[in-house]
Amino acid sequence: MNPTQSWGGMQGHESRQEPIFWQQDIHAILKRDQRFLAYGLGRSYGDSCLPSEGTALLLSPLNKLRSFDEKTGLISAEAGLSLAELLDFIVPLGWFVPVSPGTKYVTLGGAIANDIHGKNHHKRGTFGCHITEMELLRSNGETILCSPTREKELFAATVGGLGLTGVITWCTLQLIPIQSALVDSETIKTTGLDDFFALEDASAQDWEYSMSWIDCMAQGSRRGRGIFYRGNHAQTGRPAEEYAAQAKWKVSVPIQAPSWVLNKWSIRAFNEVYYQQQQSRVKKGRMPIDSFFYPLDKILHWNRFYGQRGLLQYQFVLSLDRRQELNQIFDIIAKSGMGSFLAVLKKFGDIRSPGMLSFPREGYTLTLDFQNQGQKSQSLFRQLDAIVLSAGGRLYPAKDAMMSPELFQNGYPLWREFSRYIDPKFTSLFWNRVSRG
Amino acid sequence: MVEAHKDPVVAIFGASSGMAFAVAQIYAQKHARLFLIARDKQKLSQMERDLRARGASEVQTLVADLGSASGARAATELLRQRVPELDVVLIASGVLGDTDQLLNDAQACEQLFNVNVQAPLAISNTILPLLLQQKKGVLALFSSVAGDRGRASNFIYGASKAAVTAYASGLRARLRDSGVQVLTIKPGIVATAMTAHLPRGPLSANPNAVARRIVKAIEQRADTLYVPGFWRWVMFVITHLPEFIFKRLRF
Repeated sequence: MNPTQSWGGMQGHESRQEPIFWQQDIHAILKRDQRFLAYGLGRSYGDSCLPSEGTALLLSPLNKLRSFDEKTGLISAEAGLSLAELLDFIVPLGWFVPVSPGTKYVTLGGAIANDIHGKNHHKRGTFGCHITEMELLRSNGETILCSPTREKELFAATVGGLGLTGVITWCTLQLIPIQSALVDSETIKTTGLDDFFALEDASAQDWEYSMSWIDCMAQGSRRGRGIFYRGNHAQTGRPAEEYAAQAKWKVSVPIQAPSWVLNKWSIRAFNEVYYQQQQSRVKKGRMPIDSFFYPLDKILHWNRFYGQRGLLQYQFVLSLDRRQELNQIFDIIAKSGMGSFLAVLKKFGDIRSPGMLSFPREGYTLTLDFQNQGQKSQSLFRQLDAIVLSAGGRLYPAKDAMMSPELFQNGYPLWREFSRYIDPKFTSLFWNRVSRG
Repeated sequence: MVEAHKDPVVAIFGASSGMAFAVAQIYAQKHARLFLIARDKQKLSQMERDLRARGASEVQTLVADLGSASGARAATELLRQRVPELDVVLIASGVLGDTDQLLNDAQACEQLFNVNVQAPLAISNTILPLLLQQKKGVLALFSSVAGDRGRASNFIYGASKAAVTAYASGLRARLRDSGVQVLTIKPGIVATAMTAHLPRGPLSANPNAVARRIVKAIEQRADTLYVPGFWRWVMFVITHLPEFIFKRLRF
C-alpha cells in the first residue's frame, strides 16, 4: 500500500485505505475502525489532507451525479466528483463552476473542506458561498443534511472544516451560466506593486477574474513587477464546440528532478524570461478555459519538478492596509535567494466566507512556492510567519506544512468554537499539529 | 445499429460494474433509453439518478441475480417484456476471484464460472431471438485480456474469460449476415472496484477513457476491442511466446 500523499510530497500515517465506490460502503467502514479522514485527489500541499492514523477513506471514486436542472444550473453530485469531471459535463451545456481554483483535479468534497477560492473572489466569494446543501455522514452513522439555513452551525464548521467534521457524501452547487467556453483575457505587464494595486481596483467592477504573477526575485526599483491577468467569459460562442476543440495534450513529469535543478540562478532566469516574454504593456487574447484557469494541469505531476524533497507553499492574507508588510515580505524573499516560480498575488474582496475556518477575507493574498530545503526553508518561513502574525494575517491551511499552533490559533479565532463540531473519530496530521497548546 | 433520428435503446447487464456504468453515462449524454440490470437495488437507484441527470431520456432498472444461468435467463426474459427493440446489449457481469483461494474452494470456483460464463451465455442466448428478429443491434460481451492465454497468477479467471471469447467469436461468425454485430471487449487493468485491491500501476486505465473506446467500437461495429489499445500488442507477444518460455514466466 502506498501511503496517501499531499501535493507537496508529505505522506499520510494511515494504516488502512478504503476506496469508496458507493455511499453505502462508508457506513460499514465507519464501524470497523477508530480513526478516519476522507482523502480526495491530494492537491492540498501540506498535511491537511493526510490521516494521522486509522483509515483513509479514498473518496474520488464516489463521483456520481444526483440531479441537474439545466434551466437553473443547480447541480447535485457525490463528493468525490472532480471539477475536471464536472466541467466535462457542464461546460458543453453552457454552465461553469462559480469558483474555480488553479487546478481542476480537486474533488467537490475537497473544494468545500478547504473552502477554496479563485480569481473571482472579488465577485463571487468562496466556493462555499455557492453550496446550497450538503450531506454529512458522522462516524456514529448519523447523516445530517446541512445548508446555510439548516443545521447552519454544522454547515459553517464543515465549509472550510478540513474534513474534520465527518464525511461529506454529496453536495448541491449553484453553477453560473456561460455563453462561451472561451475567456476574453488581458495580460498587463506591471512595473511594481503600486501598479498592481491600481489595476486590481480598476478591474474589480468590470472583470470577473483577476490576479497577478509577481517576479519575486526582482529587487530595488523592480520590486513587485509582474504580469497582471484579467478575464471575462466571452459573451457569445458555442460552448460545446469550443470545449471539444480545446487541446487535449498533456505531458507528464515522469520522475523526480534532481534537487539541484532549482537554484537561485535558474529561478531568477525563469522569472526574467517569464516577465520579459511580453513586450507590450497590454496583450489581449481569447483563451480556452483550460489555458486560462488550469495552465499547470497540462503538466501531470509537475510537483515532481521540485525533486525528492518536495515543495512547500506559503499563502497568506493581509488586510488592505498592510501594504507596507507586503513590501517587506517581498524584500525578505528576494534577499533569501529562495525565490519561487509561482508567486501569485490577488486581492480578496469583501464577500464574507461562510466557514468558521475559511481562509479568504478582504485583503491581499500572496501565494509562493519553494523547494523544500529543510532548515533553510524553515528559517525563511519563520521570518515570514512573524510578519504575518504581527500584522494580524493568516495562512491557508490547504497550503501549509509548518505553521505554529500560535499562528493558526491567532489567525483563526473561531477555531475553538469549530472544534466543538469535529467528529470525535476524525483527525488529520494538520489538526494534530496546530491544535496543540 | 444506432439510428440517427431516435434515441438509442441500450440494455446493460451487470450495470454496477465500473466500466459498464461509465458506458451507460456516455449513452445517457446521448439521451439514450437505458435499461440497467444488476443485483443491488440501492446501487441501481443511485446510478439511475446519475444517468437521468446526464440526460438519459429513459432509465429503467431491473433487480436481478446474475449469479446463475437461471437467474440470468429470468432477468433477460423480463427485459424482453419491457423493450420492443434494442440497439445495444452489453453484458458486463463478472468477478475476478483470487486464484489461490479458487484452487482450494470448489464452490467459489463453480460460482466464478456461473457468474463469468454460464450467466453471460444464458443472457446472450435468451436475447438472441429478439436481435435476430429485428435484424439489427450490437451484442457486446466483456471478456478480458486474461482470456487470451492462461497465466500462472490468474488462470482460473482467464479460463472463464477464454470461454466468453470463444463463444463471442463463434457467434459473430454465425451471425455474419444477420445484421447483428457481436463485439468482444478485452480490457486490460482498469481502475474500478473490481481491481481496487490491486496496486494501481502505470498500466491501470481510467474507466471513463475505456468507456469512450467501447462506445466507439460499438458504433463502428468492431469485432474485438483491446482497451487500452496497447494490450493488443502486449497480448500478441504473450500469445506467441513458445510454451517452454511462457511456462517459466510466473506473472
